[in-house]
Amino acid sequence: MLHQHHPLVGREIAVNTAVPLVIRPAADTARFSLRIDPAELAKASEVFGLQLPAKIGGLSRSAEKRAVCLGPDEWYLTAPLTEQAAVEGAFAELYAEVIHSLVDVGHREVGIEIEGSDSVLALQSAVPFDVGAMPVGSGCRTIFDRAQIILLRETQHRFHIEVWRSFADHVWGILQAAGREIELGI
Amino acid sequence: MLLIRCPYCEAERPELEFTYAGEAHIARPAEPSKLTDEQWRDYLFIRSNPRGIHFERWRHQHGCARFFNAVRDTVTDKFVMTYKAGLPRPSLSELENARS
Repeated sequence: MLHQHHPLVGREIAVNTAVPLVIRPAADTARFSLRIDPAELAKASEVFGLQLPAKIGGLSRSAEKRAVCLGPDEWYLTAPLTEQAAVEGAFAELYAEVIHSLVDVGHREVGIEIEGSDSVLALQSAVPFDVGAMPVGSGCRTIFDRAQIILLRETQHRFHIEVWRSFADHVWGILQAAGREIELGI
Repeated sequence: MLLIRCPYCEAERPELEFTYAGEAHIARPAEPSKLTDEQWRDYLFIRSNPRGIHFERWRHQHGCARFFNAVRDTVTDKFVMTYKAGLPRPSLSELENARS
């Protein structure tokens, strides 16, 4: 029987000593769903204190705030819990000028951080599109093994998932299984 | 997996994110009370069900959540093109361009 041997099989050059995979629950934040006319985006950006991305899939971040454009007139905003009241108050003032809807969805979702050189591999086990091809600094709503999530790619090797808390256990279980497989090299 | 191009997201996304929403370009009658029962039945239930090019609505439910229109070949199940809701039906030459 003919076996084909690759001369380099089983060898490895490990240059990147970074942690291959760390999955942890993210710290709680205030979360908002914002619906506003895209033409009024500049005003909303000013009120939120962060330039909101104009294009679907766009993600903008500052030290503590985050804004991702999910649809033509839909944005998902996160801010520190201490600023929740300030953000709500500022948008309430804007309402006199520009009609919009800002809904607090902080109770609905939980965050999961996925970091490491194998993070793409772990996510790819349950996300149906090509995660590796996702541009850095982008985010979108998608499906994670039948549960709807918001997936953000913050850096090359760091992702963030926002998922409804009722689905969180399920998503965590899948990530745990994927992490175990990566650990064992399956 | 079937990939569908969402005209709002301007990206190819997996079919799992989408839901089908029936035939496109069916306008609701302006004055339903003036219609006969047969006309109302036709509006509600009678669909073209063609073999070949089919204009249909889809919703990018687990993405941007928008409805849009798509042209799909019902024989090959291939999408010819997709376009935003509210736009007119693409012409035959546009379809040919999209195919090539």
